[in-house]
Order: sequence, then structure tokens, then C-alpha cells
Amino acid sequence: MKMVNITLDGNHIEVPAGTTIYESAKQVHIDIPALCYMDLKDLNIRNRPGGCRICVVEVEGRRNLAPSCSTAVEEGMVVKTNSVRVINARRTVMELILSDHPKDCLTCAKSGQCDLQQMAIRLGIRDIPGQEYAEMSTYRLDTSPSIIRELDKCIMCRRCETMCNDFQTVGALHAINRGFYAVVAPAFEMNLEHSPCTYCGQCVAVCPTGALTEVDHTGKVIAALNDPAKTVVVQTAPAVRAALGEEFGMKPGTLVTGKMVTALRHLGFNYVFDTDFAADLTIMEEGTEFLGRLTRFLDGDTEVQMPILTSCCPGWVNFFEHHFPELKDIPSTARSPQQMFGSVAKSYFAEKIGVERKDMVVVSIMPCLAKKYECQREEFMVDGVPDVDISISTRELAHLIKQANLDLVEMTDGDFDLPLGESTGAGVIFGTTGGVIEAATRTAYEIYTGKTLEKIDFEQLRGMDGLRSATVDFGGQEIRIGIAHGLGNARKLLEEIKSGKSQYHAIEIMACPGGCIGGGGQPLHHGDASILQARAKAIYEEDRNKKIRKSHENPFIQQLYADYLGEPFSEKAHALLHTHYFDRRKRVFQI
Amino acid sequence: MNEMSEDQVKSIPRKKQIRIALRNCGVIDPERIEEYIEKDGYFSLGRILTELSPEETIRIVKESGLRGRGGAGFPTGLKWEFALKNKSDQKYVVCNADEGDPGAFMDRSILEGDPHSVLEAMAICGYAIGADTGYIYIRAEYPLAIERLKTAITQAREYGFLGKAIFGTKFNFDIFLKYGAGAFVCGEETALIHSMEGRRGEPSLKPPFPAESGYLGKPTNVNNVETFANIPVIFQKGPEWFRGIGTDKSKGTKVFALAGKVNNVGLIEVPMGTTIREVIFEIGGGIREGKKFKAVQTGGPSGGCLTEKHLDTPIDYENLIACGSMMGSGGMIVMDEDDCMVSVARFFLDFTVEESCGKCAPCRIGNKRLYELLDRICKGKGEMEDLDRLKNLSIVIKDTSLCGLGQSSPNPVLSTMDNFYDEYISHVVDKKCPSGVCRDLLEYFIVEENCVGCTACARACPVGAISGERKEPHVINPEICIKCGACMEKCKFDAVILR
Repeated sequence: MKMVNITLDGNHIEVPAGTTIYESAKQVHIDIPALCYMDLKDLNIRNRPGGCRICVVEVEGRRNLAPSCSTAVEEGMVVKTNSVRVINARRTVMELILSDHPKDCLTCAKSGQCDLQQMAIRLGIRDIPGQEYAEMSTYRLDTSPSIIRELDKCIMCRRCETMCNDFQTVGALHAINRGFYAVVAPAFEMNLEHSPCTYCGQCVAVCPTGALTEVDHTGKVIAALNDPAKTVVVQTAPAVRAALGEEFGMKPGTLVTGKMVTALRHLGFNYVFDTDFAADLTIMEEGTEFLGRLTRFLDGDTEVQMPILTSCCPGWVNFFEHHFPELKDIPSTARSPQQMFGSVAKSYFAEKIGVERKDMVVVSIMPCLAKKYECQREEFMVDGVPDVDISISTRELAHLIKQANLDLVEMTDGDFDLPLGESTGAGVIFGTTGGVIEAATRTAYEIYTGKTLEKIDFEQLRGMDGLRSATVDFGGQEIRIGIAHGLGNARKLLEEIKSGKSQYHAIEIMACPGGCIGGGGQPLHHGDASILQARAKAIYEEDRNKKIRKSHENPFIQQLYADYLGEPFSEKAHALLHTHYFDRRKRVFQI
Repeated sequence: MNEMSEDQVKSIPRKKQIRIALRNCGVIDPERIEEYIEKDGYFSLGRILTELSPEETIRIVKESGLRGRGGAGFPTGLKWEFALKNKSDQKYVVCNADEGDPGAFMDRSILEGDPHSVLEAMAICGYAIGADTGYIYIRAEYPLAIERLKTAITQAREYGFLGKAIFGTKFNFDIFLKYGAGAFVCGEETALIHSMEGRRGEPSLKPPFPAESGYLGKPTNVNNVETFANIPVIFQKGPEWFRGIGTDKSKGTKVFALAGKVNNVGLIEVPMGTTIREVIFEIGGGIREGKKFKAVQTGGPSGGCLTEKHLDTPIDYENLIACGSMMGSGGMIVMDEDDCMVSVARFFLDFTVEESCGKCAPCRIGNKRLYELLDRICKGKGEMEDLDRLKNLSIVIKDTSLCGLGQSSPNPVLSTMDNFYDEYISHVVDKKCPSGVCRDLLEYFIVEENCVGCTACARACPVGAISGERKEPHVINPEICIKCGACMEKCKFDAVILR
């Protein structure tokens, strides 16, 4: 590697050619302030439009200040990051940015976690000269089922745009308008709800300010818990337990399953259940569907749709409904675990405990923002009442716990209630990329071959690469599996399927980086893949520690079929556990 | 700033002018390629393709000393050389015809009057850098120029000057049009390329320069219309001839759009080194109505205002920058004693606020704040500390903005503050506009000698601000006056004035 010598604030350093000034400075522990810059190294996503101009530095011999985030070092370069000229420019630019930003920090959803607020503190801004006569740009508040866009708070860092376009290839967000009124928005300033947005929430996860936030349902949860007429049932998604601790200062990858259960009980939920139970149920239905299709395919049936695609990720479902509606018959018809849980809770379980459907409230704790939208889909309602009433994110649950004066760290471990709280290791690994397909493989293998698995762990399906493929031997029959996380990677797989290049039997797709552990509702990971890896490790650890690790061996699942559903794919199972998809492409043009 | 009729153009004194870029405009029929050929058109291309190597071609452009006429004045030959040296399977030549300065129309005149000179130059450039495709990025607001270009391209293809195996050589080159929607910032080459690609027209940081990664990520050479129009002549008459015109560092001529308070307005083409005085007083015929010259704004909306003391400055790239202005694409707006320099600065800021793309914070928000400050000052609400803010903001915006737009947009403010600080002080401290332009700073006043005491004004005043005995001169109380102008309208003796 070619190295170059530079002088930075008097330090003589040697750095690889092509390194930016910003990165070079880190070598000598100089942290140049930057606002719009974002480098999600491990996801290979970088946002450096050079737009905020906070990171400017003085480069000897150059007429203007240079943005350090996007200026590469050159041999002999002499850089000053803290001259009077730089500090004055940085402050002045910061004052400009703040002069067009609301000052309602006290009640802002991002307060305390806002990069702009941190920068104002760091630069010691105490006053915005001329604020009293400075016009502020104002935009229409846009509320969707999952995400709120409060664009008055947008600072045009364009991070959301990078995630939405480069990483997810969704293309819902882009800069519009000129000059002072420039802002990031869907085309023609349509509402997010009318755009091809998938509600994956990755924009929310990277927004430095309160411009993009989740729709907060914590108030609704508190109201339900305080209504004596309601039986409030909660389900917790697998990825939540591997990340919730981070909101309370615990190390990434700390499992807090038992503490979370106790906290939920303290909050007043009548039944604390596990989405993992419904994940096991998903495997029963989806696995049966897969084996059915596979058998027909191997028997030479040319009508059968192959490969089968997983359908538990609502961001992914939205994605293909908007972007690949012609493929809408390929994904499994199995509902997501959240929705399977809702319909079972409000039918089987409600009948069991003698509570009327109308008197039960189902709350879900999800690592996801698209789940908020999913539970409001009409297909998942009975007489206008949803199966899952309220979906809140991991972050919102943390707020609830803090509001209730509960110390999660010191909490004792509790157990989920039965019967909808019992799950297998297969249900747990739904939370990470490759997990759903591994869980399905464990069950499908045993049913297809009639043999017991010798080794339950399918290492070939695990990992963090965005696009992976592996083969599994089903007793002499080679099953080819594709895995993608991140919708940009999903798009590549789908293009392959469309062009007939893909030879997979089954494909798992998750919208977010790392799967649900990197969901848009999780504690912010700031693109640090080591955090995602720690969360994944925790999930596999919980799987290993489970007594039962295959979905079809879950006794309460078996009991559910015996008592209520009959068998997988039965008529009743169909009504309660399956769904259908829509072509939503045309909506893009309905402003 | 309207364009002139043909008669007006002809009436402008030709002395001091040399027409190179405009050589054929108004002389040939732009819709007939034969007339262009008659003027030695396409001979340069033919000679280059059959006799010169790309390196030799570039050497001649370098020797001529030609610099980019779009504003920055980068040596054209050097730019071509960068594009040549970057190896690629595909390269592009782009002609920047996104003329966005208000009042400037030199590029349009060339495209309308002599489209073939640009086509020929683009083909020469294509040969020199190794490109087989050229694009002209032209604003859709130029329908006649577009029509003429289309005709010219068709004719050039018919004659075999564009297309495959030009002049029987192995060189292929064709030209296509791309339309811009008239965004000023798209004159910046990276923004222009983004717009061509169908993306948002906003600049990105250089490097990478277009010569490394331009249109569709391929090496691309972008030159402005006027730059291209000079190329064929350089090869016809030789680089020595071209180098013989102009100053030490700026060779050849420059086309200016002369506008404002001069007697002769319109396009002029003068050798580099001509003084501003010669342009305004000899070619421009002096200030209208015999008024006093006050300032000239050069370089388009983000240029600076030059004054009396700069009149004898020879015009070239370096000198204009040294005076706090710039060459820009060649706008030249002359102002007289009736112009208020604070208002002038506000006028230009209004334009840049409108045209900023919004990508970087200092330009997006800073220019808006500059405008607001200037507006306050024009309305008599300015304070002395506003002047300090104005200056600091201007310096920071110039120092930190992403592209040339923001890096130059405060020029009108800084140059008027430098040269006309007393006018700012009058607005801020005395709350007066010396030129009588800023309405909010004017007051209605009754000239005693003219007033006959008819009381018409007092009766017309809706707020009772006018007092005075019958047949005695009346007085307006400025504390009460709401500046509605009713008194002035009613007075038959011209006694009520604004001052």
C-alpha cells in the first residue's frame, strides 16, 4: 500500500494514500467534528455528501477550507483542524444550521440521542445571532403507520437518502426543492404512505435529528394496561432480548430474556408471551408449504412456483408488493409470527381463558417499525379489530420500563407464561439473518427424510455477508438455499429469480442489516457491525441453551394442533395463519 | 437587460472590438452549413484528423493560451490533456450551454448564429481526448438555439463531419442534445453531469474531476460554448496569432453582455486587456442621460461591484479577481448615481438564494441570512452589529461552500461593503438611502418655495400628518406619516417630494 506523509495540527503522520483527512486525524486521536458524515463500514455504506461543512479544515495552499470527511490526503499536506479561521467557520456554519432548526429539544423524540444537539453542546453554541428575524423553513408533518417525518428538523445530511437508495434500493426518499427549501422527501412531496416506502425504518435508525422518528405508541400501551376491562397480552420478538439491555447501558450481546419478562410483568401485562412460540408455528405452516411445493417440483410439476421465499419480514413483504408485484405468488403464504400470534391469541387462547375477543388487547414488542404497519393491514383484522392491537419497538419498550421506574439491570429472571410462551431454539434464531431458513430446515429435514438430525446447527446458513448461498443434503436430495439481508441484496436475488438465473429451492430475505437484530426499531447501532455480531451471538447462545431446538417438537405447538387447528395447512390453519399479497406498484402514481 | 434588435447591435462602435467567438454571428446563415464551410468551416477538423495526432492537437490548444470562458478560466489545453491521459473504453465531450446568468446571452447568440463552430470544436476535442460521443447540455428555454443545433447536427452528419469515419479516417464522433431545466447551479460541471444522468442537479466535491470520472463515471471533458467557439479559429490562424491577442496570462478575446445604465447595451467582444473604461465609455458610449458612473458589476450574479478606481484596470481573469470580482461568464452591468449599492447587493442575493441547490449548509442557509440582513438594512432596521455579521457570514460562506456558487455568491456583498461602506452606514446609522431607492428610508417632504398653501395635501392625508395655515407653506410630520403618497398625488405644484 502506498503511504503518504502529512502534517496534521503539528503531528507528522504517515497514512495510506487515499485516506481522508477525517480518518487520518483519528490516528493521532483528533476527532474532527462532523455531522452529515456516516460510515457504516461493515455494511459498506458511506454517506459523505460534504453537505454540512462542519468538518472543514484548513489545508495549506488551498484557497478555501476543505471538508475533511471527503478530502483525501496528499503527500506533504499540511492540515490545521483548529485554527481561528476553522473554528470561526465551524461555529458560524453551526449557528446557520441551528438558525433553521426548531428549538423544542425538551419535547423532541430524539432529545438526548440527537447528533445535532450533541454538536451544539460540543461547539458551545449559546446564542443564534439574528434568530428573531430569521425565517425558518417549515414543512407539512407527515404521519404514516410506522414513521413520522417532521421535516422542520431535517438538516439535509442525506443519510436517510443513502440508506433508502443505496442500501435498500427502495427509492422512497430523495432531496427535493431548491435552496433554502430543499429537503428530503418522497417524490412530488407525497406522503410516505403513498410512496414505495417499506417502513423498514433504516432511515429512522440513521437520522441524526428528530426529523424521522417512529410513531410512538407507548401512551396507548399505558392506557390499555390501565383499563380494567381489558386483558392485555404481550408478545416479544426474538431479537428484542438480544438488544434491549443496550438501552440500559449493558454490553451489546447481553441476553435479557428473563429480566425483560419480569419487567413486562411489573408493567402490568396480564400474560407475558413469546413471539418465538409463533415462530415455531410459522415453521409448521411454512415448512409444510415448502415441502409440499418441493415434492411437487421434484415430481416434475411445472406449475409449481419455486423457489419459496420467506414471508415473516414485513419490510420485505412491502418491498416485493411495491417493487416486484409480479413475484407475489412466490413467497410463502404463511403469516409472520407477529400475526400468527395475534390470531391464535385472540381465538384459541381467548376461548381457552374465556375472554371475549373484544376484551383482549394484544401488544407486540418488535425490533421493527414495519410491524406497526403490518398489524394495521386489513387482512389481519376481524370486523375492523386487529389481531395485534399495538406494536411498539425495542426503543419504546425501554422508554416504558424507564417511565415505570424499573431497573432492568437489577431485575430477577422471570419465565414466560404458558401456553403461548413456550418456544424452541428454532423460534429464537428467527431474530438473525439465516435463522428462519435454518429453523425451517431443521423441521423440513426431519419430516422429509423421516430421520432425526444428527447435527442441529447448520453453520453453512449463518454469517453476516449480505448475500449467501448454501446447500443442505436432504438424504441425498440437494436443497439449494439463498439468503439475503438488506433490501438491496434482496433486489439482486429477485432479479436473478426473474431472469431465471436463480436455481434455489428456498430463499430467506430480511429487510434489515443482520436481520431483525439490526431492525429499524432496535437501539441505534451506528453501523457498528460488531454490535450486530454480538446480538447474533446472543441469539445463537439462547438457541443452544434451549432444551428443545426444533419447532415441531414444541409440546404446546403440538397441543395447539391437537386441540384446535387439526394439522398444518388445514382449513382452520389457513383461515388463521395464512395470508395473500397485493400488487401495490400502481400506488406510486396516485399522489 | 433585454436583448437588442439587430439594428442596435450594428450601431455599437466596432473599434476596440475583435470578433473571434462571434466571428460568424450575423454574417452567415446559421441554417446553411455551406456558408459555414465557405468561412473555412470544418477545415480545421479535416486538417487535424488527417495531419495531427491527439497530442499535437492538445499542444496547439495549450500553446494558444486559451482559458475556459465559463468563468473559472482553467487552461483549456490542460483540461483536454487530463481527459486524454485517463484511459477508458468510453469518454465523453460535453458542451455546457446552460447559460444561467440573468442578462447574459453570449452562448445563446453563438449557438443561434454559428452552431457549426461549436460542433466542429467538439469533434476536435473528441479526437484530442479519445471520445466518440458528445453532448450539448442546453437549457430548454433556448428553443431557437435548439432548433438551429438540430439543423446543424443533421447537416454535419449529411456532410460526413459527424458520424462514422469522419474525413475518411478511423475517427467516429457524434453529438446529441440534453436539455436542462434552467437551474443556475447546473452550469457547475459536476451538477451539470448529474443532471445529464437524470439525477438531481447538484454539485459534488472535486476530486474526482470529470476528466477522471464524469458522465456515467467515464472521463468527460466539459467546456463552455464560447470556449469551443474559439477552437476552430485557433487552428485556422495558428496558436501564435491567438496568443498575440490579450494580456500576459489571458489570451484572446472575451464576449461580454453589456447592460445597465450605458448608452449602448448588448454583446461585445473585446481583446483581453481592454480596460473597463474603454468598454463602458468608448464601446458602451458612456452613462445614459449624462449621469455619473458609480459602479460596474462583472461576472454575473455572484460577481463583485467595481468602482471608479477600477476603471483603468485591464480586464483579465487575474485582475478581476484581485479587484474582488471575477470574469464569470461575462455579464457586465453598469450602474449610475441613482443606484443604491445595498439594494444592488440584495438584488443579487435574491437570485442566489433562489438558485442555490441546497446541498451544503452555508450556501443553503447562509445566503438566505445574508439576504435577510440586507433586507433589514434596506428597510431601515439594520444595526451596526448587522454589518459585522454580514461581513463574517460572507467570508465564511465563501470559505466553506461546496461549489463555485456559494464560494462566490457573497461577492456582491463584500465588494459593495469594501467600496461603498458609507452607503451602508447611511442606511444603518442615518436611516437614509443616499440614492433614494430604498422606499422605507424615504420621507415625504414639502418644498417650502413651491407650496402655495392650497391645503389639498392636508385634506388628502388619511392620518392627519400635514399641518399648515391656508396660503402658508405646509409641513409633513414624519412621525405620523405612513408614506401612502396621497399628498404627492394631490399636489398640483410639485411641492411634495420624496427624499
